[in-house]
Amino acid sequence: MANVIQNIIDALALGSLYALFALGVALIFGIMRLVNFAHGELIMVGAYTVVLVGDVPFVVKVAATLVVAIAAALLMERVAMRPVRDSSPATLLITSFAVSYLLQNLAITIFGSVPKSGQVSSFLSESFNIGSVSISKLDVATVVVTLALMAGLALFLARTPMGVQMRAAAENFRMARLLGVRANRVIAMAFGISGLLAGISAIFLVAQTGTVSPVVGLSPVLFAFMATVLGGLGSLYGAVIGGFLLGAASVALQALLPLGIRGYRDAFLFGAVLAVLVLRPQGLFVPRTAVARI
Amino acid sequence: MLKVENLEVRYGRLAAVRNVSFEVGKGEFVGLIGPNGAGKTSTLAAITGLVSPSAGSVTFDGESLLGRSPEQIVRRGVSLIPEGRQIFGTLTVAENLSLGSTARSDRSTLADDLERELERFPILRTYYDTPAGRLSGGEQQQLAIARALLGQPRMLLLDEPSLGLAPLMIDAVFEVLTHLRDEGVTIVLVEQNAARTIEVADRCYVLRSGEVALTGSSDEILATADVAAAYLGG
Repeated sequence: MANVIQNIIDALALGSLYALFALGVALIFGIMRLVNFAHGELIMVGAYTVVLVGDVPFVVKVAATLVVAIAAALLMERVAMRPVRDSSPATLLITSFAVSYLLQNLAITIFGSVPKSGQVSSFLSESFNIGSVSISKLDVATVVVTLALMAGLALFLARTPMGVQMRAAAENFRMARLLGVRANRVIAMAFGISGLLAGISAIFLVAQTGTVSPVVGLSPVLFAFMATVLGGLGSLYGAVIGGFLLGAASVALQALLPLGIRGYRDAFLFGAVLAVLVLRPQGLFVPRTAVARI
Repeated sequence: MLKVENLEVRYGRLAAVRNVSFEVGKGEFVGLIGPNGAGKTSTLAAITGLVSPSAGSVTFDGESLLGRSPEQIVRRGVSLIPEGRQIFGTLTVAENLSLGSTARSDRSTLADDLERELERFPILRTYYDTPAGRLSGGEQQQLAIARALLGQPRMLLLDEPSLGLAPLMIDAVFEVLTHLRDEGVTIVLVEQNAARTIEVADRCYVLRSGEVALTGSSDEILATADVAAAYLGG
């Protein structure tokens, strides 16, 4: 029983992390129809900030990381994405790959390819016991912060004029512009929010692994991409649920696979995602509008 | 008020609009008619900044609209209701209407204007908090018109508002347009439904193969046998 509860907590924490990654990617895709593979490098930039800012109070560390990640996201939009915004989806995709490689290599040049170690807060690495179940504070923080962020984002999108404009732009960008919605503003806003999500992802990632390297963003963006495709590209809820499903499946495989092949867990995970996509190529929770729009 | 001169719009090697010139005066109701592929929609797209014309000029109140973005052009008072209505189906009727007011400069009269549109289209009040995608085609067209009017346009461009609607709904749409004209809204109506357009418009331009084939007051157009030929593409 204790094992099951432990696994559920692990699944929630991992799923939260994947959902955070996925939401950043899904938000940009919704508005620009761009799968931003450079989202991982926003996480990388945030992670380096966490490590390099050194021994400062926790709040300062978090604030600095978020500011840098958001600034990097806005800069990425302004310098790399805006000039090619009206190009074909293929051009946008290649541009995001180029930005991704550029930033990785920039990081190798500046910081070297050897991972640097760092700590977010000693508080987060502690754990507490409920009965025979050991719960890490980091897991709790990951789940709570993720859920709070999602609630906040949902409120923002539903209740504020800017949120309504972003939803309109995601559904029909041309029509939104014809009504006066400023394209530059909503896209910058989407990138700003994705930067915020990347910054928070970076904090949790460093808290979990204690290291950062130039390729730290590769795996998150891969999981983000899979979660968004699994949930249905274009649906924010789909991306979040896809992230949690991926986390749950990953933990389940870890627990259930025989020891000898446990090392191939991700192969089984990706295989399962492939199987789902063969049966439902449009994803699990695809919104009507994503299909209707060409 | 609006002056389009020698407009040319190309998509790659294909010229959708070759040489279109027309003028719309304040308070006028002008029809652009012609068969499918005549360049009507591309002309509207060029006026509203959705595509950049390869040649020609578009001026509104003496100022060029070329090189401006759609969001800037609607703020100058030129509002397009595109073909297919293009309402936001996942957003509520209320949210669609609130987006319509994005471009307006005067927010003090917004509540009154909203009330007026809800009086004009009572169905929108009934479905105020319903996702707009659940409305019928005719109801969506009413929403699209109300949404555009909340932006306080000085000129309304409509692309095929009757397309895909039931005959009764088409009557209703043309009635609304007539009312709007009486209220002083300048209207440019693009339609394949030539007969109905000639009936309500002050003047018409008949487009064919990306060029103006014929122009005149509605009476003059009616008197010209060429209309049928132009319309049928003959």
